[in-house]
Amino acid sequence: MVVPIHHVIAIAAILFTIGVMGVLFRRNAIIVFMSVEIMLNAVNLAFVGFSRFHGNIDGQIFVFFIMTLAAAEVAVGLAIIISLFRNLSTTDISEINRLKY
Amino acid sequence: MSELLYLIVLFPLIGFLVNGLLGRWLTERQSGLVASLTVAGSFLISAWLLLGLLTLPEQTRRLTQTLFTWIPVGELQVHVTYVLDPLSAVMVLVITGVGLLIHIYSIGYMRGDPGVRRYFAYLNLFMFMMLNLVLSDNLVVLFLGWEGVGLCSYLLIGFWFSDESKARAGMKAFIVNRIGDAAFIIAMIMLFDRFGTLSMGDIAWLAPGVSGDTQLLTTITMLLFIGAVGKSAQVPLYVWLPDAMAGPTPVSALIHAATMVTAGVYLIARNAALFSLAPVTMATIAIVGVITALFAATIAVTQNDIKKVLAYSTISQLGYMFMALGTGAFGAAVFHLMTHAFFKALLFLGAGSVIHGMGDEQDMRKMGNLRHSMPITFGVMLVGVLAISGIPGLSGFFSKDEILWAAFEHGGGVNLIYLAGLLTAGLTAFYMSRMLFLTFFGQSRWADGKQPHEAPSVMTVPLIILAFLAIAGGYLGVPEALGGHNLLHHFLSPVLSATAAGGHMANEAVEMLLMLISVGVAGSGIYLAFRIYIDKPETAVTLQEKFPLLHRLSANKFYVDELYRAIIIRPFEMVSELFWKGLDVKIIDAAVNGAGRALSNIGGAVRMIQTGRLQHYASMLLLGVAFILIMIMAS
Repeated sequence: MVVPIHHVIAIAAILFTIGVMGVLFRRNAIIVFMSVEIMLNAVNLAFVGFSRFHGNIDGQIFVFFIMTLAAAEVAVGLAIIISLFRNLSTTDISEINRLKY
Repeated sequence: MSELLYLIVLFPLIGFLVNGLLGRWLTERQSGLVASLTVAGSFLISAWLLLGLLTLPEQTRRLTQTLFTWIPVGELQVHVTYVLDPLSAVMVLVITGVGLLIHIYSIGYMRGDPGVRRYFAYLNLFMFMMLNLVLSDNLVVLFLGWEGVGLCSYLLIGFWFSDESKARAGMKAFIVNRIGDAAFIIAMIMLFDRFGTLSMGDIAWLAPGVSGDTQLLTTITMLLFIGAVGKSAQVPLYVWLPDAMAGPTPVSALIHAATMVTAGVYLIARNAALFSLAPVTMATIAIVGVITALFAATIAVTQNDIKKVLAYSTISQLGYMFMALGTGAFGAAVFHLMTHAFFKALLFLGAGSVIHGMGDEQDMRKMGNLRHSMPITFGVMLVGVLAISGIPGLSGFFSKDEILWAAFEHGGGVNLIYLAGLLTAGLTAFYMSRMLFLTFFGQSRWADGKQPHEAPSVMTVPLIILAFLAIAGGYLGVPEALGGHNLLHHFLSPVLSATAAGGHMANEAVEMLLMLISVGVAGSGIYLAFRIYIDKPETAVTLQEKFPLLHRLSANKFYVDELYRAIIIRPFEMVSELFWKGLDVKIIDAAVNGAGRALSNIGGAVRMIQTGRLQHYASMLLLGVAFILIMIMAS
């Protein structure tokens, strides 16, 4: 069974929007972080869908790169969050606003 | 032989460097010795080179040495080339000779002054610059010396700079000279534009080729003349010289009587070939000269400060030299330059000795009857006064009469320039005798505590040598009418020959008659001074009361300083103030400050969007990306 391309695009768009909303409106740093991952995966999904639609392997290669990058980013990001928590005893990003005017 | 030329210039430079850089490790005596010995070295080499010059045939008397190329820019090649020809030889000998005597005198005069090393450093620097001025073949190097001596003049006038009026006198000299120097620079640019070279030797050679372009030649020579007017203190730029008397007296003798102020005369004589092609300029020079001579002499008559009398006398005598230049008698001008250097340096140093002996008193009204306590100074001053008055047998007589004769001959008989010159000669004899009588004769008028004393021999020996020169200097130019050979004239003629350096074929009987007339005028000047200041001392006061207006005008220097203040300095200050408070503060500063304040305010408002909250930034990012996407799709 072949999934039509517009279904793939719709799912990817929904996931991406969920991710954006999470980044913009959640206050817990870890949730915000997870939302970023959702956005990345939405893009991955779109890549895979188009790759299959065009019969071109390039898109899937991109996905591998993005997954690698996401893994590295998680390592750095979580380290930052842990460090923030140790120093400020909170992961609420609305309270973490010291770098301002 | 000519490869020794650079040593003349080098020695004073070494003296300057030693005194200027290592002065603090020298004792006062060593410092004076270094300065004097370096100048003595220059003098000996100059004398040696002069002897060599004399052995050459007349038309080839010219030693040159090119040291290096100072400014090589395209067509403009400024070589540092020193030239010793008869004209520069006379100048160099006067400068180093009189300079040496003044250096030695300074050892005594400046004894105990805390700045004595600085003093000798400046003096050596002055000698270096002055020698550059007269030895250089290139106008740019000449200008270096020209500005250099101006700088040293400024430094030495303001030598005791902690006295504000003296520091101001130095600035005045510098600023007034700027006017002339600006004209000089323009003249150089025009010369380069026309001739493609700034070597004076080349210009003199090329000048006849453009003799048709009278307007250009007149403009260039006029500008050079304005430069000379500033440096040589002629009307209307003479006002700095009387104030320059604020410097130490040996400085007045060296810079403001014997050497620097004659640089203008030298400049014109050196470019005689150029000037003699511009008759309009020559006439102007003669007129300015004669006005200066007469004008300054009338001021000198009523001055009470002994140095001021000599300062105005110097201006007047410089006017004489310009008068000679203007009438085409370049040789006579250089002759008078030389004799004047001798007797005026003598008079200044004598006055310095008087000031020294009186404990820094310069007012002649507080002197009198000093001939007993200062016999040597009195003797040499007497020689100086007789020489400048033009008494036969002393140097001033020969040179002054040559100038008067030139004026007479130039005008083809009795004329205004000649008459004004004659009147000046009478006035000169009068005010110089007045100075002598007020200082050395009559009642002693000094305060009781004062102990006038003769100067030490380190000061009197140079005075005696100068007195000898003030007598003997004239015998270099005894006119044919008196059975002489006018040696100096013949010596100089190869350099100045482009012009009729002096035609002495005219009637000798007339020349003798003119001499008798000028001696008569000088004699009556002295007699008048004798009557007024010795015979009946009260006449001076009566005369003052009889002609209050004349006396006030002369004593206040015809209010020229006040006039300049009113018509130049005040308006200048007012305009400056307008620009300062109106334009600068209210417009330029306001614009700059306004721009700064506006930026600061905008920045203050805009920085509020930097909240420090991550999600604000993320939404900005999102909006930005959305905006770009929409733009891409819309297109």
